[in-house]
Amino acid sequence: MDNVAAIGQRPAHEEPHEQPGFLRRYIFSLDHKVIGIQYAVTGLLFLLFGFTLMMIMRYQLAYPMTPVPLVGNLLSPANAAGGVLLPEFYNQLGAMHGTVMIFLGVVPLAIGGFGNYLIPLQIGASDMAFPKLNLMSYWVYVAGGLVMVATFFVPGGSAQSGWTSYPPLSVIASAGQTWWLIGMVLLITSSLLGSINFIVTIVQLRAPGLTWMRLPFLVWAQLGASFLLLLAFPPLEAAGVLQLMDRVAGTSFFLPSGLVVSNRLMTTMTGTAADGLASGGGNPLLWQHLFWFLAHPEVYVLILPAMGIVGEIVANNARRPLWGYRHMVYSVGFLSFMSMVVWAHHMYITGMGTTLAAFFQTTTMIISIPSIVILTSLLMTLWGASIRFTVPMLFALAFMPMFGIGGLTGLPLGLAPSDIHLHDTYYVIGHFHYVVAPGTIFALFAGVYYWFPKVTGRRMNDVLGHVHFWGSFICMNVIFMPMFIQGLGGMNRRLYDGGAMYLHNAELLKWNVVIGIAAWTLGLFQVPFIVNFFTSIRWGRPADRNPWEATTLEWAAPSPPGHGNFDTTPAVYRGPYEYSVPGARRDFSPQSEQEPA
Amino acid sequence: MNFPGLPQQASAHAPQIDFVLGLEHWSMVVLFVAFFAYFAFVLVRFRQGAHPRADYHGMRSRWSLYVVAAIAISEAVLLAAFELPEWNDRINNLPSPEEATVVRVVAEQFAWNIHYPGPDGVFGRTDVNLVAADNPIGLDRSDPAGKDDITAINQLTVPVNHPVLIHLTSKDVIHSFTLYEMRVKQDAIPGTDSPVWFVPTITTEQMRQRLGKSDFEYEIACSQLCGLGHYRMRGFLNVVSDEEYRSYLAQEAQSLRR
Repeated sequence: MDNVAAIGQRPAHEEPHEQPGFLRRYIFSLDHKVIGIQYAVTGLLFLLFGFTLMMIMRYQLAYPMTPVPLVGNLLSPANAAGGVLLPEFYNQLGAMHGTVMIFLGVVPLAIGGFGNYLIPLQIGASDMAFPKLNLMSYWVYVAGGLVMVATFFVPGGSAQSGWTSYPPLSVIASAGQTWWLIGMVLLITSSLLGSINFIVTIVQLRAPGLTWMRLPFLVWAQLGASFLLLLAFPPLEAAGVLQLMDRVAGTSFFLPSGLVVSNRLMTTMTGTAADGLASGGGNPLLWQHLFWFLAHPEVYVLILPAMGIVGEIVANNARRPLWGYRHMVYSVGFLSFMSMVVWAHHMYITGMGTTLAAFFQTTTMIISIPSIVILTSLLMTLWGASIRFTVPMLFALAFMPMFGIGGLTGLPLGLAPSDIHLHDTYYVIGHFHYVVAPGTIFALFAGVYYWFPKVTGRRMNDVLGHVHFWGSFICMNVIFMPMFIQGLGGMNRRLYDGGAMYLHNAELLKWNVVIGIAAWTLGLFQVPFIVNFFTSIRWGRPADRNPWEATTLEWAAPSPPGHGNFDTTPAVYRGPYEYSVPGARRDFSPQSEQEPA
Repeated sequence: MNFPGLPQQASAHAPQIDFVLGLEHWSMVVLFVAFFAYFAFVLVRFRQGAHPRADYHGMRSRWSLYVVAAIAISEAVLLAAFELPEWNDRINNLPSPEEATVVRVVAEQFAWNIHYPGPDGVFGRTDVNLVAADNPIGLDRSDPAGKDDITAINQLTVPVNHPVLIHLTSKDVIHSFTLYEMRVKQDAIPGTDSPVWFVPTITTEQMRQRLGKSDFEYEIACSQLCGLGHYRMRGFLNVVSDEEYRSYLAQEAQSLRR
């Protein structure tokens, strides 16, 4: 009886109060906010790294076979002879650009960064449900990231079979691919730890009064993305281990019988072939099914948090509730479910039969509907609004047409007959970059500008923000719009010389120069962001708890929130976006305030 | 209806592919313009300066629902009326071997091996153990059916206005056999025989005259990353008249006997 009382009524002063040391506070912290910041900063650094890889590639594409300025001479002769990229190194840069941007940059920033930092704050919790799992998730991600970067230094260089790593090419590739697979297994493990934590936290730790239909849209989006990571990633983890076995243990899950590489037969007897690889009885397409079973939901893992961030910022800067909030929530659920059954629309050109193709074309058309509903709701939110063009709002507004272009151009790719012409051309590159770069990454920038005052207690500089936005917006379009022209004209992706070998590309090559210049200029326009980010931490204009006059719970906590987040556990009295309520004193009514404001 | 920027059409089914491409792209243009017009309007009309107090209820009409419904119906029509039949035509309506020019194409890093059955119309046996630098497809010349087989590298010659049926495979990694002007693209997958077909309608020579480019060639491109030489895995498709095709085959048969 005494024990029960002791547990149930432990007075506050008995909480452990010892100050943890530097390591426990900043490096191996269990605080979701520190882990969120760690994820976000690491993710931003990887975004810069992945973008740098692309800026190097773009030189080779714009000016094939000429030495790359600045960095060409820093690269080893095995990668760039006399500063000119070698084709195998070009392929490494390509594979690693995709891998780094998706698995080390955007997802860790969108889910690990924004999810970790904001979910407990937006649901009124003091931390995640499993803080130690959270800590482990971050450090397993760092380990995966370090393995990925280290692949550049193994003999033969990094993975070079595209971020898709299609066998047999990937299985016969140099040692970098083995480490790529090990890195992927680590990253997937990290995602699984994170996603289960998010789901449990959202289900269990909501503040009193925070019913499901009062959840901020961003929390719904993170919940959908977490389910996708939890359900779609394990097949790729399994596939990654199978491919690893094909490479190191002589199995042949993905290698068919009678494989002849460089006119040398790979035997089916393990160990008798000179290089120890066996081939026999496997199927290269099995990998593609397992890979895309993750990699298509992955697209929605990238886009859902972006939609969530945009929803928050649009409601706040439109000064009115999200239009059709319920439909948006149902759309997130439906979108998440449907995203698990569209994967093979990446595979029409393998010679897919009509039954399978009909199924995947139909599901692909169906999944467009919830995306359109969400985008339409965001647009309708602007009707009757009182729009403030703040820097986060500019990025959030730009997301809409950019994601619109990305979504629309998915249509001809998702339908098999038109995919015949466009598959594996620059059209595909243009399409998914519109979704991910000026789409998702713009939303992430919007989020950084929007929640920066909450995280640091200071605001970012507006002038630098405007320079960053307009420069990035123009450059992004000059980079990706010409890719549709190149793709419609038939220029293939992943060509080391940018397509110069082919006569049919003659008219399209000039765009490579335009795209290159815009890409390097885009790099320059990130400088104001980097300067702004670091100087504002120290010298930014101080911000109070609620600098944007917003309604959701995180703005009720101090800026920055201390350990445990809120002064007292908040209670929730209304929906997430009660802006401009008729009869209210102010144009925002916070969720945690009892009386109508 | 055709959308600008597409390559020349040179096969019987190319206009159908371009028709769906055009339909999709013009619909996209219409949607995007409408979207952008609305977007620009609300940004100006409902900016804070022009509309200082937001309206809690906002849009009350249901027309956005009708827009979404209209898009859904258009997609269903597009799918049922055009896309599914066209794909069925590509995949299932293969020409019979009697009426078609039947060729095997065996891809490897980084070349296209072409294999004709020869006058007997039967492909000779191939064996992976016979593969060598001078016999890249491992053709067994001791097999009676294989004696007259014709092989070539990176040069695929076919007669105009007859269906071409290609049996596509690969020796090593996945490649993708692409003929832009024919609107043909099919992955070449090791261990798999993928049929792909088309009817070329314009000879290389006619296309040269039409474009006024004496150096024009139909190119075979590889569309699937296949290694460090992927970018230079280029072949040529020579579309010729019946007469030229017969003399090509005769010439090749002659060189076999020598």
